[in-house]
Amino acid sequence: MLNSKIPAGSLDKKWEDYKGHCKLVNPANKRNMEVIIVGTGLAGASAAAALGELGYKVKAFCFQDSPRRAHSIAAQGGINAAKNYQNDGDSVFRLFYDTVKGGDYRAREANVHRLAEVSGNIIDQCVAQGVPFAREYGGLLSNRSFGGTQVQRTFYAAGQTGQQLLLGAYSALERQVALGNVTMYNRHEMLDIVVIDGKARGIIARNLITGKLERHFGHAVLLASGGYGNVFYLSTNAMGSNVTAAWKATRKGAFFGNPCFTQIHPTCIPVSGDHQSKLTLMSESLRNDGRIWVPKKQNDTRKPSDIPEDERDYYLERRYPAFGNLVPRDVASRAAKERCDAGYGVGSSKQAVYLDFAYNTERYGRIEANKRQLSNPTPEEIRKLGKEVVAEKYGNLFDMYAKITGENPYEVPMRIYPAVHYTMGGLWVDYELMTTVTGLYALGEANFSDHGANRLGASALMQGLADGYFVIPYTLGNYLADDIKTKAISLDHPAFVEAEKNVQSTIDKLMGIKGTKSVDHFHKKLGKIMWDKCGMARNEQGLKEAIVEIQALRKEFWSDVRIPGDANEFNPELEKAGRVADFLELGELMCLDALNRRESCGGHFREESQTPDGEAQRDDENFSYVAAWEYKGESQFELHKEALEFVECKPTQRSYK
Amino acid sequence: MEHYTMNLTLKVWRQKNTDAQGKFETYPVSGISSEMSFLEMFDVLNERLINEGKEPIAFDHDCREGICGACSMHINGRAHGPWAGTTTCQLHMRAFKDGDTVTVEPWRAGSFPVVKDLTVDRGAFDRIIEAGGYVSVNTGNAQDANNILVPKDKADAAFAAAACIGCGACVAACKNSSAMLFVSAKVSQLALLPQGQPEKKTRALNMIAQMDKEGFGSCTNTGACEAECPKEISLTNIARLNREYIAAGLSYEK
Repeated sequence: MLNSKIPAGSLDKKWEDYKGHCKLVNPANKRNMEVIIVGTGLAGASAAAALGELGYKVKAFCFQDSPRRAHSIAAQGGINAAKNYQNDGDSVFRLFYDTVKGGDYRAREANVHRLAEVSGNIIDQCVAQGVPFAREYGGLLSNRSFGGTQVQRTFYAAGQTGQQLLLGAYSALERQVALGNVTMYNRHEMLDIVVIDGKARGIIARNLITGKLERHFGHAVLLASGGYGNVFYLSTNAMGSNVTAAWKATRKGAFFGNPCFTQIHPTCIPVSGDHQSKLTLMSESLRNDGRIWVPKKQNDTRKPSDIPEDERDYYLERRYPAFGNLVPRDVASRAAKERCDAGYGVGSSKQAVYLDFAYNTERYGRIEANKRQLSNPTPEEIRKLGKEVVAEKYGNLFDMYAKITGENPYEVPMRIYPAVHYTMGGLWVDYELMTTVTGLYALGEANFSDHGANRLGASALMQGLADGYFVIPYTLGNYLADDIKTKAISLDHPAFVEAEKNVQSTIDKLMGIKGTKSVDHFHKKLGKIMWDKCGMARNEQGLKEAIVEIQALRKEFWSDVRIPGDANEFNPELEKAGRVADFLELGELMCLDALNRRESCGGHFREESQTPDGEAQRDDENFSYVAAWEYKGESQFELHKEALEFVECKPTQRSYK
Repeated sequence: MEHYTMNLTLKVWRQKNTDAQGKFETYPVSGISSEMSFLEMFDVLNERLINEGKEPIAFDHDCREGICGACSMHINGRAHGPWAGTTTCQLHMRAFKDGDTVTVEPWRAGSFPVVKDLTVDRGAFDRIIEAGGYVSVNTGNAQDANNILVPKDKADAAFAAAACIGCGACVAACKNSSAMLFVSAKVSQLALLPQGQPEKKTRALNMIAQMDKEGFGSCTNTGACEAECPKEISLTNIARLNREYIAAGLSYEK
């Protein structure tokens, strides 16, 4: 039976009460306790820094050459916090409410409320670290809007907010490295969890330079290893982002929560050809100032500038007048797909819509002209002034678009299309962020907990830092307080020996196949199955087919993959092969979960379950639960359910109209 | 934008590991689309090498959107190739034309030893940050964010310096293999903000000391770093670092 360990009491008092009553570890004992952290993105780096500051002996692992390169660095638009600096009606409750509603009532209320409560502390902490957020002329912090909300609560640093927040956490981490509290293991990949007497007590990691396997002990193990969007091959994730750490945990008994909940982001640069290796996001913040449209006529091949205003369909503003271009991501993505499928798409592939800045460029230009008291400015002057404002807000994004497409987005509308971006699913965790394996925790995108079936923009950064800076320092102490007598376990313990042997035999098996096809060949095939049958729209028949196809592909992979080189050296192909092997198992589980959930909710759209006007139709009576899957062997998973209770946020049909 | 395909001759540095002797290998590649990124062209080549039973070329890359700082190729004698303000992963093949010969090397600097082929070890940068590239503030100590006022021009200048991605192009471009642009970006960011003031002296002194210890060369103001920086970090940051360093040296009391 799943116990989510949600504290008793009213929602707004739970975290306060928990902090007041959880067990503590005294400073002398902390110095003897070792904590392993896998991943150094926002969640991992902030946890490593915060736990190091408390005095724990932390070992942090990342597969990149430096912790600063974790994929949090690529987050663009911003981070939410319920500061109400804009006096526009924001509050902890409203951030909580927006997040639960945005997640289509599939998130756990208590976790989301805690997230909203600590959101303000995150901004305070980051500013104190010297994170250069955008500011107003009076020296105060600036905010902007993101999807799914009607207030301005998003803090940002141009289009590089993730970079600035991660460098803040990375600096704090490096400071702890200098103080000797954190040991950093770069270019190391975790390949198994070591469980002793039912508790996570260490990991097996491969040194990616030498290929050597290493054993590491920890009183507890924290996975902050990110999401699994790369199961689709093409996504906005970094090339190295993978599910391996989370999947090894699954195979060691950690349940996997809501694996089918994936987020397709509406505004990405469209695919240009078969050579494509990844997709690039254009931040949601662009929807503040960009208006999305397609021609009113099907198969219209005119240039966008030749299509007059009354022949354009601003379909988001038409369908959702209350939120307009700022509807949540799942809604915006489906609406784009609907228009393109109906033949209104633009560009050579017809799989794109326009994101147009002309209207707001002119509006900003007029404001600037007024500020400068220019009388009768020419349209050119207005456009020039407007472009300067737009460049300051989104300059790096516009440059990125121009480099990739060769087009100038200041002059012609961007062409955009939805792409895989984020995974709401992940390792099931209780209120303390502990998985179903005692002493094994999951933080940030790696866990399932806060975003339900759809994450709101600018909330991933918030969750990663909340888990790392403000949640785990309390909840980990509550666990380790009972473990202070445990001495470091010898690395010769049979469990370590056994785990290393298993990892070694998997590597030997992979290297021994000596087949004919590259790892990428299989990854691309898997991605296509997932995108076609477990992507933006899903149905029973497609999912059943996908499961059979993935099983066949997995078999082919294990008999025909070719990995050049040696296992005892720097071998990126071997690294990729291990990750794709895990994706080939996860992909099947995602399809199984999507098949089981015969309702539509958030990013999970089952074609069989929709309202007459094509919106996602939930089935609260039968599916108001978290699906937590237990690994029972190849292609065998047992479903456990955590019932969701909504006390403060009563589920309704989600409407943004 | 007109699309076209091209055939190229690639000369790529191959080196088995840090201790091995490296050399250039020549690879003809054909049918490359002008819409591909430079790294996607390498993907095509690597796929072919694997199919031919050869070892693919190792290179660092991750986000492929110009922000993680992993990619690091020296292309035709220029860090990150011919486009200004661009990382290797954002460089696209329309920068080249049919028949071109393209030479690709790893970063060349004693402090960045080659790991394999085009991959180098940039751990020295982490150790420089360790020496002082932070504000010493433990979690939970912060006051309300809006209690610290930062003038917009200072905030913007701090952000421009903080945009550094730590890729090492500045070092690779410099004839002295100096890391001054990298160090100055972090020192400037924190020197421009009120939060950075309490530690400004020790920060400048300690980061420079670590930079020297890592074996990076001195700055002779040639400006190659600024010209090749994919994030266009300004040389004025080096001037600010020099001011900070000298002021700290003159007034620092043990």
